Amino acid sequence: MIDLSTDYLGMKLKNPLVPSASPFAKDPSAAKRLEDAGASAIVMNSLFEEEVTADEEGLDHLMHHQDIGHFEAASYLPSEGAYTTHLETYLEQLEGLKKSLEIPVVASLNGTTASGWITHAKELQQAGADALELNVYYMPADITQSSEAVEARYVQVLSELKKQVSIPIIMKLSSQFSSVGNFVKQLEVAGVDGVSLFNRYYLPDIDLETLGVVPSLKLSSSVESRLSMRWIAMLAGRVNITLAATSGIHTADDAIKLLLAGADVTHMCSALLQRGPQYLGEVLKGVEQWMEEHEYASVSQLKGSVSHAKATDPEAFERSNYIKVLNSFEAPDGVWR
Amino acid sequence: MSEKYKLTIEGNEAAAYIAHRTNEVIAIYPITPSSAMGEMSDAWTNQGRKNLWGAVPEVVEMQSEAGAAGTVHGSLQSGALTTTFTSSQGLLLMIPNMYKIAGELTSSVFHVAARSLAAQGLSIFGDHSDVMAVRQTGFALLSSNSVQEVMDFALIAQSVTLKARIPVIHFFDGFRTSHEVNEVEVPSDDVLKAMLPDALIRAHRKRALTPDAPVIRGTSQNPDVYFQGRESVNPYYDAMPGIVQACFDEFAELTGRQYQLFEYHGAPDAERVLILMGSGAEAAIETVEDLVKRGEKVGVLKVRLYRPLSAAHLIEAIPASVKRIAVLDRTKEPGADGEPLYKDVMTALADYVGSGGDRFDAMPRVIGGRYGLSSKEFTPGMIMAVFEELGKEAPKNHFTIGIHDDLTHSSLEWHEISLDANADVTRCMFYGLGSDGTVSANKNSIKIIGEGTDLHAQGFFVYDSKKAGAVTISHLRFGSKAIRSTYLIGHKEADFIACHQPVFLERYDMLAHAAEGAVFLLNSPHSAGEVWDDLTKNMQQQIIEKKLQFYVIDAYKVASESGMGRRINTVMQTCFFAISGVLEKDEAISKIKEAVEKTYGRKGAKIVERNFAAIDASLAHLHKVEVPAGLSSDSVMNPPVVGNVPDFVKNITGEIIAGRGDAIPVSWMPDDGTWPLGTAAYEKRNLALEIPVWDEDICIHCGKCPFVCPHAAIRSKVFTEEAVADAPDSFKHVSVKGREFEEGSRIAYQVAPEDCTGCGLCVEICPVKDKSNVSRKALNMAPQPPLREQERINWDYFLSLPEYDRQQIRWNGMKGAMLAQPLFEFSGACVGCGETPYIKLATQLFGDRMVIANATGCSSIYGGNLPTTPYATNAEGRGPAWSNSLFEDNAEFGLGFRLAIDAHRDFALQLLQEPGLNIDAALIDAIKQADQSDEPGIHEQRCRVEVLKKQLAGIDSEPARNLESVADYLVKKSVWTIGGDGWAYDIGFGGLDHVMASGRNVNILVLDTEVYSNTGGQMSKSTPIGAVAKFAAGGKSVPKKDLSMIAMAYEHVYVGHVAFGAKDLQTLRTFIEAESYDGPSLIIAYSPCIAHGVDLSHNIRQQELVVNSGHMNLLRFDPRRVAEGKNPLQLDSKKPSIPYKEFAQTEARFSMLWRTHPEAAEELMKRAQAGVLERFHHYEQLANLSYETEGEGETS
Repeated sequence: MIDLSTDYLGMKLKNPLVPSASPFAKDPSAAKRLEDAGASAIVMNSLFEEEVTADEEGLDHLMHHQDIGHFEAASYLPSEGAYTTHLETYLEQLEGLKKSLEIPVVASLNGTTASGWITHAKELQQAGADALELNVYYMPADITQSSEAVEARYVQVLSELKKQVSIPIIMKLSSQFSSVGNFVKQLEVAGVDGVSLFNRYYLPDIDLETLGVVPSLKLSSSVESRLSMRWIAMLAGRVNITLAATSGIHTADDAIKLLLAGADVTHMCSALLQRGPQYLGEVLKGVEQWMEEHEYASVSQLKGSVSHAKATDPEAFERSNYIKVLNSFEAPDGVWR
Repeated sequence: MSEKYKLTIEGNEAAAYIAHRTNEVIAIYPITPSSAMGEMSDAWTNQGRKNLWGAVPEVVEMQSEAGAAGTVHGSLQSGALTTTFTSSQGLLLMIPNMYKIAGELTSSVFHVAARSLAAQGLSIFGDHSDVMAVRQTGFALLSSNSVQEVMDFALIAQSVTLKARIPVIHFFDGFRTSHEVNEVEVPSDDVLKAMLPDALIRAHRKRALTPDAPVIRGTSQNPDVYFQGRESVNPYYDAMPGIVQACFDEFAELTGRQYQLFEYHGAPDAERVLILMGSGAEAAIETVEDLVKRGEKVGVLKVRLYRPLSAAHLIEAIPASVKRIAVLDRTKEPGADGEPLYKDVMTALADYVGSGGDRFDAMPRVIGGRYGLSSKEFTPGMIMAVFEELGKEAPKNHFTIGIHDDLTHSSLEWHEISLDANADVTRCMFYGLGSDGTVSANKNSIKIIGEGTDLHAQGFFVYDSKKAGAVTISHLRFGSKAIRSTYLIGHKEADFIACHQPVFLERYDMLAHAAEGAVFLLNSPHSAGEVWDDLTKNMQQQIIEKKLQFYVIDAYKVASESGMGRRINTVMQTCFFAISGVLEKDEAISKIKEAVEKTYGRKGAKIVERNFAAIDASLAHLHKVEVPAGLSSDSVMNPPVVGNVPDFVKNITGEIIAGRGDAIPVSWMPDDGTWPLGTAAYEKRNLALEIPVWDEDICIHCGKCPFVCPHAAIRSKVFTEEAVADAPDSFKHVSVKGREFEEGSRIAYQVAPEDCTGCGLCVEICPVKDKSNVSRKALNMAPQPPLREQERINWDYFLSLPEYDRQQIRWNGMKGAMLAQPLFEFSGACVGCGETPYIKLATQLFGDRMVIANATGCSSIYGGNLPTTPYATNAEGRGPAWSNSLFEDNAEFGLGFRLAIDAHRDFALQLLQEPGLNIDAALIDAIKQADQSDEPGIHEQRCRVEVLKKQLAGIDSEPARNLESVADYLVKKSVWTIGGDGWAYDIGFGGLDHVMASGRNVNILVLDTEVYSNTGGQMSKSTPIGAVAKFAAGGKSVPKKDLSMIAMAYEHVYVGHVAFGAKDLQTLRTFIEAESYDGPSLIIAYSPCIAHGVDLSHNIRQQELVVNSGHMNLLRFDPRRVAEGKNPLQLDSKKPSIPYKEFAQTEARFSMLWRTHPEAAEELMKRAQAGVLERFHHYEQLANLSYETEGEGETS
């Protein structure tokens, strides 16, 4: 019997497959199907700081921006009624998941400032979250802000939160730091329990008809997991926190590669959105099968065995890879000649 | 007695509080100023608030007050405790049912916020005209004079009606009491229960119509018995006054507040007495107390129970010493020899004295007067004047007080006085904008003071007549005694004046109200050192002379730095408390913070945080200004009207705009309610922070911007090169694109900088993008102040250029059509209003021959609320003739126009044939055969009519004069009935239906905002499924009524659906087709509105979403097509291409349901989505039906 268990933020999970933040968590029956398919924990859909702020402002606008200044109408919409905020809905959802699932439930926060999160984080802990995933997704459009300042923001949010909650905190990061490794180390010092590498940004597009900048959603593909793979490999064994791999994990092969690189857990989202919750079970089977065929006894055995620290050709994770790859490129027939 | 429960609320809330607790069914129709009572009842029912017996009252909104009355009658006849709330016109519509309810001896209380009736003009304000118009129905009339009395009498009336079996109108002055915020002691449930024993309720229930013990009522009676039946109620009416007094006494036992049927205040040996009822009595008591202290022998008698009138109690209450009585009526009965209360008092006294009554030495001299119509102020000074008149040798009878009647000289002279008793009352006035939170901050301040100190607090709020940029003036009073001053704070009386908007400095003489040594707080971007120079000369003078303490704060800076955006209310509120000293500063601040926390609760943590930051920062930014010894300013306030102003506009319109309308004497007023057009153009409001700037280099002259502008503040003209030879340098014009124009023609798109409201819709619609910078269009917004002067000159020049010849206009395209002069401009509608572009378009197309019947609603307010009207005339002096009759009769009113116009035309044609006139036969033929289907045709007919008139001028005969008087009707006229969905779908639907059926040539324009916009967002039958509105707080559960389907069923009605922001050409085409159709035409025009909960800068986007989601299909149904073998119905929009939710989530009226009732939202959204697909499919199938004729002799 292969031991698929793995450590995640101080909790022992039965296997390394954890669905990442997605709409599945909104639907209790879909979440259950994920658990039945073998998910060892689940990350909830994110609660966005903007949603919470918009709620508050909407509340303010709706209920109390009623001064239109007109003899015949003091207001234009009824102002009574229990106004359920996004946060309240989220907490209800979390409580619902905790009731119906056995596996740990990780609440997910997505924002850019420290204020307000503290209260929300406490409430999430109170509602039963086993851990907190923090997406500090800050787009520094102000180019006078230095990278240190940007990084300091992230660290500040983490430190504030660490003071207030006792449940583990994992930070989901983008790859856009000058030195990912150094930044992760800073976070470790500040007390983070784990990092999830890497967040994908949904990049806007330009609509040629309207000349407008429009949002666009494209699901990930396997090749995107390579970026996570490189950095997890670099960090494995060099930091003492949970390393979670995210983005582009679509197949059992992808998952295994990330585990070999040093990931404690591998997240999946796009693949499940495309193929359904039961697909997770197929991936789990695939991982088990590969491990059997290659005679691995446990995930802990295989974890990080091909990390930068332990790989036979670690420099491939570094720059030399670059030149080799360029030289090896072959264009399709007819392109050059 | 147990701890007293106090609330600081307005009159409407006091009435609704009791009504909701003591009834089972509430059926209403909203009307100002009583709408709030129904809305609050609905809100409480939604919250599950129970009545005294543990049940939650059912609240329904009907289609009109007549409908509400019928529902109330039915519910009462079925044994439920039922009530309604109404005013004015609504009360009139209930009259038929009131006779029945009283005739059947049914127990019910109707709560009425008494309001003027529409006569020469409509008025939303308060007086007793409406209740006096129902005094003969058999209902009792019980008058409350203050907010406390409203609460108490609402309960007492309910007790009385159940005991006496006579229904009661419980009334209180509209606005003066209904909207006054004051402190009340709320009767506890024990008191309610004691006043309303269950046995009474059961007795009421037992009288119900029920098959278990059936009876019939509402029989048809004949001459033999009807009279006797009518008289059979006499014992009940005889007993009622006694029952009312018994209830008053019972109430006094329970609460300590004792009331009388007729209550006397004043000297026990008074010789001069006033008799009146309503809020005026409070002011009279105040005045009398002051006079009595000075030894005057005066008194005032408050009438509480007006019907049934107990003459015995009335006589008894008048001191035997009285020699002179003045009875004041707050109504007018033209043609009568005195108003109702006066006549009743006179009759009672004459009857008493005439039958030997000897209480008085002699029959008192009784005079009657009118006061306070339509909330005209009624002040101590006026009351004094009446007493003085009473003291004269021959006091004037049938007088008026409060106005200057230089026509029939009925008015008494008066001057303002300040009562000694009020010397220790703190009086504060706050000038704010409708949208800056001033009013809610003040209401909160009143609560804080009223509930947090021993002081009594009173608040009253005055609003401007405009919907955008409207100024609000809050009048607050605080004192150690209960405040009975039922009038506004007068000149030189205010101890504290705050100006929350720096722009008011140039518009209002705020300091005229300041008392000596008062505090003036100004929100200004200038520092304490610089602000002095920003004031007008007049203000500086007053500050110096009155020794005012002058404080300044840059509230917008504090607000924005604290993250509050433009909400300055808590900042100004904090300053008020800090300076006024009404409450100790730190305590005040903590109370303000408490209120903020209570308001937002834990849901608004960030908002609370920001508010606290603003509050804390306020005091640090508040500075006292060192007042210099001398003046430094030369600037004066802007005159109210600008330009070459006709006398009427200068003397009347201008004075009203300046706030001096009260001084206008009677003789200056149009006697039949007729007012001139074109006055909005004189009022330059300078509302826009930014105005559009035309980039003539990239403009493609599409004409869309003048089309979408709600205010006609951007227009286009085409002219010759020569015409602009003398143009100012800054005036832009370019060579016009398009072969339809003469060689060398130029075009200009010009903005009216002082009339533009800055809504930005023109920029939004502009399709042009600068190829090197896509955020630049052919129109771009830029700050107004630096452009104001230059563009004002340009605009005046633009207006002076000749209009493009209407006969040359190509009407089938936007560019051409937009060259037509709009005859609807600069209305007071909301910024970005969705209704006004349609009206403006109609006036461009037909304005010079158009007559409009306008229903009550937003369109009648921005169309005809004094002092100005946006309807205008062209250079020939022609323009839309406009009238608002009522709400329920608008379609019929318009039909009346058509009938008369056709009669005039037919008479003219008949007179043409008159042999004695010898009109040229060729001319007669040409007139009769005239083809007036296009502008050239109409122009030619006008020319013929001029020729005809010239011929007639030389003929001296009656027929010639008669023909002259109707000759203009030979030119085709365009009859329009315009109104909102409240009129068309609900209250006016019966008439609308009949007018459609009539087949006459009337154009019906429904400005569909899908809700009652003007009265604050109540549901109509046009409100879509899933939308939240008042009376549909849980989301409307039934789909929108398909009015066009109903109209199309007639087959002879032209029907059009338009949305100008989605398809402008289709809108243009529909208007032209509809008007050209010789029969009824119905245009349903989708109008985005502030009540949709969306910022109207997105007006255009909303319309696109509406059409793309299938929420509304664009279509035209033209009956003329049938004759050509074509299907009359054409769909002009495509199958829904986006999910319905994508449209719905952009509007708070839908999205808020997800927050308040998520399951209902889910369900209703599903049904809405299915609904739009089904409806499109259905319409598509209808539009595809074949109308080809089968063959010879067969019908299609």
